[in-house]
Amino acid sequence: MNARRSFFVLTALAFGFAFLYLPILSMVVFSFNASKLVTVWDAANSPTLKWYRALLDNEEILGAAWISLKVGVINACGAVILGTLAGFGLARFRRFRGRFTLSAMTTAPLVMPEVITGLSLLLLFVALEQAIGWPAGRGVTTMTIAHMTFSMAYVTVVVQSRLSSFDISLEEAAMDLGAPPVKVFFVITLPIIFPAILAGWLLAFTLSWDDLVISSFTSGPASSTLPMVVFSKVRLGVSPEINVLATLTITVVTTMIVGASLWMARLEKAASGAPET
Amino acid sequence: MGNPAGLVKAAPWKDPGVRPYVEIEHLTKSFGDFKAVDDVSLRIYKGEIFCLLGPSGCGKTTLLRMLGGFETPTSGRILIDGEDMTGVPPYERPVNMMFQSYALFPHMTVEQNVAFGLKQDRVPKVEIAERVAAMLALVKLDGLARRKPHQLSGGQRQRVALARALVKRPKLLLLDEPLGALDKKLREHTQFELISLQDQLGVTFVVVTHDQEEAMTLAGRIGVMNHGEIVQAGTPTEIYEFPTSRYVADFIGSVNIFEGKLVEDEPEYVRIRSDELGGTIYVSHGISAAPEATVWAAVRPEKIFMSTSAPASADNAAHGVVQDIAYLGDLSIYRVKLDSGKVVRVTRPNTTRHAESITWDQPVFLSWDATSPVVLTT
Repeated sequence: MNARRSFFVLTALAFGFAFLYLPILSMVVFSFNASKLVTVWDAANSPTLKWYRALLDNEEILGAAWISLKVGVINACGAVILGTLAGFGLARFRRFRGRFTLSAMTTAPLVMPEVITGLSLLLLFVALEQAIGWPAGRGVTTMTIAHMTFSMAYVTVVVQSRLSSFDISLEEAAMDLGAPPVKVFFVITLPIIFPAILAGWLLAFTLSWDDLVISSFTSGPASSTLPMVVFSKVRLGVSPEINVLATLTITVVTTMIVGASLWMARLEKAASGAPET
Repeated sequence: MGNPAGLVKAAPWKDPGVRPYVEIEHLTKSFGDFKAVDDVSLRIYKGEIFCLLGPSGCGKTTLLRMLGGFETPTSGRILIDGEDMTGVPPYERPVNMMFQSYALFPHMTVEQNVAFGLKQDRVPKVEIAERVAAMLALVKLDGLARRKPHQLSGGQRQRVALARALVKRPKLLLLDEPLGALDKKLREHTQFELISLQDQLGVTFVVVTHDQEEAMTLAGRIGVMNHGEIVQAGTPTEIYEFPTSRYVADFIGSVNIFEGKLVEDEPEYVRIRSDELGGTIYVSHGISAAPEATVWAAVRPEKIFMSTSAPASADNAAHGVVQDIAYLGDLSIYRVKLDSGKVVRVTRPNTTRHAESITWDQPVFLSWDATSPVVLTT
């Protein structure tokens, strides 16, 4: 392609990037602001790392981050296991009793308003506690279960679509060479679809990490996640610490995404049977 | 193209004392109302290359997959080396398969792919290394052991698939369109490689193909399939020169078929009156059919002589006009329209560089020997 980049295209590009990244950039800049007021730039004392230090001393935010991390990791692992099983069942078994129900139930959370999912889960947990005494009260456990129910749906979709393009004769070949079905799954199928599973894990983690609505319904008194804490703080006026927190989150997320894409690109290359052209 | 050496000499299927290695007994596979394989019985002998040949959808792949254990027969059974294989899962059968797509594991190297089967059998590590190396040397892939499948060419991948299937020393190797993905030149070369490899190892091969040339080259015997049934099984020569039905005659190579009525039926000869030919066909052997029955005489295009002067005999002769000529280099194909309106295909080898020219719209006489036609009753 040697088409000249026209003025219009360049302008559109600039506006596009500005629209997407200027707010984030301003937030990063303001995280180094010395002023206590978020919107006023204190040119005399800035930039400073003062609010970064303040954040590290803020037990509430650190505690919430820890809970978020815990919930996110457990949720992602659980969702990947359940989602892979569901995706496998839906992709491989074209006809069985209840296939439609399974397919509808696993993908329902994708389209269900979060408020409804959250409320119905809360009602379920309360009813369960009254009936069998478990889960005792709301907290990390209930939140994790709630997150799993909706993030599993995303994993299912990702895994199912990967499996639909999977050459089934690979599994047959492995079986033909003497591997029983369970071994075939772990030695052949799983390594080949691993990039999709990894993507599902990251998706599940991210969904859990920034979920507010469902967490609010299913959390207990001492189990506020990071988004809940941030949201409650913002209502009382934005503190510069939030800018710092956001900047750190963006840094971590960007690093993770870049790292994961590089890793996945390598895995895909290793796992693809495509010839070099 | 000939048969693999060693198979021409011995013809175990003609010796009733030899026990077949693979026995397929009344095998049927239905998918709903559709019978993919319909009451097939077949005997395959040790060390044979047996080709299942047929158009797509004729059930040949289903039959192969039942031998591999990937499909369960609806009825009938399969014995391999005297053992009933019904209900034995693929991972416990002494059978290996080479898949049409090769199905190489993309996340493993060539070496790991070939070693996979031996690892499942818990063969000691040292022995695995030895056998894999020997097998890779046999298929001439020694230098590529550490490559991944996507770094190989089509021909190399085909050989990895073959090595992987052969390294377990199966009693029976199933090959599903083994050369289908290769280009023409490479395919021809690989066909002979496959034959010599089979000769060295003595493994029994069952090959599925829709390519008749491939079947003729590879096979000791061919089973022609249609609509889930084996229509005829025999050596390539038997199938080509002595087809038992119009379907087989037409499917293998090309053929001119003349419909006619049996007018003289003697033990030493028959004479058939054919309106399509506009004359009589004289065949120098007797057949078993009712007098006045409708029969078909099949004559191969290369067995028809074409000349500008009238032949001596009135039998086995026709007159027509050259309608079309296809020059293929080694031979030319002529389409001759007979006076009756039927178009006959004649091939002539171009033995000299300046052949006497028979050209478009030229009237010609066709004739053939009394031994050439095959009389078919079905």
